[in-house]
Amino acid sequence: MQPFQYIEPKSLDEAVALLAAQPGETQLIAGGSDLLSEIKEGVAAPRRLVSLAGIPGLRGIRETGGGLELGAMTTIAELAQHPAIRACYTALAQAAEELATPQIRNVGTLGGNLAQRPRCWYYRHPQTVCLKKGGDRCYALAGVSKYLCVTGGDRCYIVHPSDTAVALSVFDARVEIAGPRGTRTMPIGEFFIGPGQDLLRENGLEPGELVTRVLLPGQDEIPLGPPLQRGVGGISVPVRSLYLKARERETGDFALVSVAVAVALEGDTIRQARVCLGGVAPVPYRARPVEEYLRGQQVADVDAAHAGSLALPNPRPMADNGYKVPLTANLVTRAVGEVMSGG
Amino acid sequence: MPDAVPAAATTATIALEVNGRVHRLTVRHHWSLLDVLREQLDLTGAKRGCDRGECGACTVLLASRPVYSCQVLALQVGHRPVVTVEGLGESNILDPVQQAFLDNDGAQCGYCTPGFVMSARALLDDNPHPSDDEIRQALAGNLCRCNAYGRIIQSMRAMRDAAR
Ligand SMILES: Cc1cc2nc3c(=O)[nH]c(=O)nc-3n(C[C@H](O)[C@H](O)[C@H](O)COP(=O)(O)OP(=O)(O)OC[C@H]3O[C@@H](n4cnc5c(N)ncnc54)[C@H](O)[C@@H]3O)c2cc1C
Ligand code: SF4
Ligand code: FES
Ligand code: FES
Repeated sequence: MQPFQYIEPKSLDEAVALLAAQPGETQLIAGGSDLLSEIKEGVAAPRRLVSLAGIPGLRGIRETGGGLELGAMTTIAELAQHPAIRACYTALAQAAEELATPQIRNVGTLGGNLAQRPRCWYYRHPQTVCLKKGGDRCYALAGVSKYLCVTGGDRCYIVHPSDTAVALSVFDARVEIAGPRGTRTMPIGEFFIGPGQDLLRENGLEPGELVTRVLLPGQDEIPLGPPLQRGVGGISVPVRSLYLKARERETGDFALVSVAVAVALEGDTIRQARVCLGGVAPVPYRARPVEEYLRGQQVADVDAAHAGSLALPNPRPMADNGYKVPLTANLVTRAVGEVMSGG
Repeated sequence: MPDAVPAAATTATIALEVNGRVHRLTVRHHWSLLDVLREQLDLTGAKRGCDRGECGACTVLLASRPVYSCQVLALQVGHRPVVTVEGLGESNILDPVQQAFLDNDGAQCGYCTPGFVMSARALLDDNPHPSDDEIRQALAGNLCRCNAYGRIIQSMRAMRDAAR
């Protein structure tokens, strides 16, 4: 590995100042499970790593006003095991459980998971300088596109690799960001940006900014409806939810396609629905036609196969990834069916 | 890649607790825990397979949890205790997990074995009577190029059943 300096600041202000001072040469490190591979491959070459490990208050899960506050340094294993997440934000616990391997879940963090870089193997190759690395072409167009996007590509065709992002999207999570100009929060749907907006990055973090927390709204704020599941420790969230992930190997593998579904019921009527897809687009992709179809339906009347057929309105598969279109329809069909029959 | 940062700014002295002993070590900031275990402490039980967090041969326990030591910097360890395969058992008595792998032919070439043993130890410390599915889940981050999986799972089952 190329030498670098490792610094562990003791406060958020200090971390932000270090990051903002030499943004091109400095990079954040959380667990390191993604970043260290990039450095070993020469894809990233920071001269300085700023660790978040020594900053108090960034790790852990707290109950707040009916919802949950997830610190950016919380590990994936902690998300998967937390009783309130398992009971009330089930899709998130499932996404965490299905992510990578036990060893990575023990060190990998939520913040690192959201900010991880894409897995396109041309981008990850030490010797190729594609558009995402500031080069002049996309090598995937003439190469192998099996794992790339079927919608939303624009000169670059990555899929966003994060499993937690897909699950967080169906709970209307907000991302809290600290930076040189203070703190701001934004809906998770606005946090991620596609190549049309910026080829070089996958989220809207500005130089010197970092993710401090992810906020999961409780029933008072979430526009989903009345409580369905009584939660743990006073938390109740009005949704049934589910995460399904299709992959080539059962473990240690990224999603070919994944889907998170959350519905809020009032009696037997679906008051609100959220459906988000992973593995199909450069950002976590909200399947809004499926949401619209489900909203207002009686549970017994839902045609899951029809819901599945609506998931990707205008797919534009590449040479080797046409399989993702029927795979998405089938996975959404299964997820909607399972949620309707009790999740 | 040129060494752009002066070496003095990228060297640190740390206290690292490994297998119950605290070592004072001078390390470069970019050295992984695996680098330090193998090259400085001569603990070569943890193996370097992929060096990318993908194979599990380098698995050690960090604060009782299995991690890939190739994907953790030595400086990230802090005060948390590290246990390697050399830290299991007594001088002449194998840990029950090691004994079970021996008795059940849980290894072929043996390269992956220390990693599997550490993942197995972590599982059994948490859960002495794991189901078959829990065994598979706990070992899911370890690869075996010899495809000894059947015997590895068998070793785990034998251990669990003996503990009943
Ligand atoms: C074999 C293998 C399998 C994997 N499988 C999956 C999978 O199935 N699903 C999945 O989602 N991921 C997977 N990953 C990717 C990744 O390791 C995990 O997502 C992990 O959660 C990353 O977290 P980390 O703390 O280790 O990140 P790091 O490696 O420390 O950081 C990753 C990136 O995020 C930035 N960053 C870290 N924290 C913050 C923050 N708070 N604010 C802003 N930026 C930040 C860093 O600068 C860096 O660029 C896998 C990785 C490996 C090696
Ligand atoms: S898809 Fe994007 S990351 Fe992959 S080669 Fe093309 S430009 Fe690079
Ligand atoms: S050597 Fe660490 S996971 Fe392969
Ligand atoms: S026994 Fe040879 S790699 Fe597993």
